[in-house]
Amino acid sequence: MTFLSIRNLSVRLKKGPPLLRRVSLDVAAGEVRGLVGESGAGKSMIGKAVLGILPPSVEVTGGEILLDGTDLLRLPPAERRRRIGATCALIPQDPLTALNPSHRIGPQITDRLVDILGWTRADATARARDLLAEVQIPDPDRVLRAYPHELSGGMRQRILIASAFAAEPKLIVADEPTTALDVTVQKQILKLIAGMQARHGTALLFVTHDLGVVSKVCQRLSVLYSGMVVEDSSVTDFFAAPRHAYSAALLAATPKYTDPAAGLLPVPDAVIDAVRAEVAAHDRGAA
Amino acid sequence: MLDGRSMIRRRAGLRLWLSAGWLALLCLAALLAPWVAPKDPLAQDLFLGRLPPFWVAGAEPGYWLGTDSLGRDVLSRIIHGARVALMVALIAGTITCLIGATLGLLAGFLRGWVDMAISRLIDIWMAFPPVLFSILLIAVLGPGLISIIIAIVVIDWTRFARVVRAEAMAQGAMDYVASARVAGRGRIGTMIREILPNVLPTIVVLLTLEMGIAVIVEAILSFVNLSISTDDPTWGGMIAEGRTSIHQAWWVLVFPLITLFLTVLSFSQLGEGLKDRFDPVLR
Repeated sequence: MTFLSIRNLSVRLKKGPPLLRRVSLDVAAGEVRGLVGESGAGKSMIGKAVLGILPPSVEVTGGEILLDGTDLLRLPPAERRRRIGATCALIPQDPLTALNPSHRIGPQITDRLVDILGWTRADATARARDLLAEVQIPDPDRVLRAYPHELSGGMRQRILIASAFAAEPKLIVADEPTTALDVTVQKQILKLIAGMQARHGTALLFVTHDLGVVSKVCQRLSVLYSGMVVEDSSVTDFFAAPRHAYSAALLAATPKYTDPAAGLLPVPDAVIDAVRAEVAAHDRGAA
Repeated sequence: MLDGRSMIRRRAGLRLWLSAGWLALLCLAALLAPWVAPKDPLAQDLFLGRLPPFWVAGAEPGYWLGTDSLGRDVLSRIIHGARVALMVALIAGTITCLIGATLGLLAGFLRGWVDMAISRLIDIWMAFPPVLFSILLIAVLGPGLISIIIAIVVIDWTRFARVVRAEAMAQGAMDYVASARVAGRGRIGTMIREILPNVLPTIVVLLTLEMGIAVIVEAILSFVNLSISTDDPTWGGMIAEGRTSIHQAWWVLVFPLITLFLTVLSFSQLGEGLKDRFDPVLR
């Protein structure tokens, strides 16, 4: 059953170039979809558009975002926010700026449960403690009373993951959740997210530029170039044989630890030219 | 794991104690002026004119810091002058802070047309020369304590608005704001719960600076005789009067000046000290 369905979503800078060009993709309930592409390909924009946190300089120019069958873009802002808050959550990129430095950890997890979803304070605190234990944080009670600056980056990312799962959302957008972390911590965090996702059955939109991460966590993936989806396939199919020349080049560009002598392969110019022509044709098709 | 970062305990520091001490002393003096001032600040006695401070030959007992050309006790006038100075500092500083910080917060967080409107207003406002602007305002409003306070608020709110706007804008780009929005918090709710606590240390520093500035502005306006009625002693008024007799009686000018200097310095140091102490993350 499809939980999130994006249909022909177009987003652009206000009076500027397009950032997303008629993007369509589906995320089934409990499914993990990877969004990959180079910097500026628009992968984070998709997550932001779904969660309604696009920057003020950006506007949606067309398309639909169907969340459980309802088009978010047609809802009044208050209703849209209520619906997103009740069913979605975000695991942000940078754990160092994703917790409010002025508040203790406990209230940062529980306040939204209490203020917005109407839980009692005791229930919310118990829930927060359970979740911190689930993300393997030792001494949860002490951490709940700590300020963010007292904790390490890996700890903070664990807290953010716990917090994202707090209200049992149907969909979580993970916006490059391991990019800002130390390589040794990255692996643990990935395992943690994958484990939590499997246990809670949450659909996940996983934004990353790391194909290695996709192969470990995702079931399906969308490859983006310049705001256009160039390939949408299952992860098994993709790693066996990518269908699009650009995705194949992207896959070939991934450094291989087994063959360090191969060095780094850039995406060939011919492939870039071809995919650019394709983007232009895609834009003409819209007009 | 909780690491060493949680173990840091910051001490209040000498400058916080010194500045808070001086300001507390001044507050006490202002509150209890009629009881602690050794003489009546307005009593004139031409036979006791230009008496030097107590350690200089020719001093009269009881007139610790000497007298001015009309024979009024300098110490008593400084103590009574603290009333006007502190009143202006507290009232004008607070009102300026409230108006400026609110507008700055709205502009910096809401962006869009709100920001456009407030930022243009600030730009236009700051193009006026402040001293001329205040003199003009007092001329229109008439001299008096209320007029001075209004003048300070009207001129200085932009200082808060600009700094708080920039700070709110920086905080607004942080991921925790995005998380709060995703969770379903409204714009105003996010602004008050998420942004405001992080801008507060900056606001406190600005507020104490502004209090110092308010004291100076009041002194400047007294100096050019546009402050409250000339009967009540003010530090600025004393400096203006002392200027005319600087060669015969330097103490009439120097003691109010030192008081003014220490007070303004204390306000700014108090702000810095409080920021160090209460900022959860030393930025």
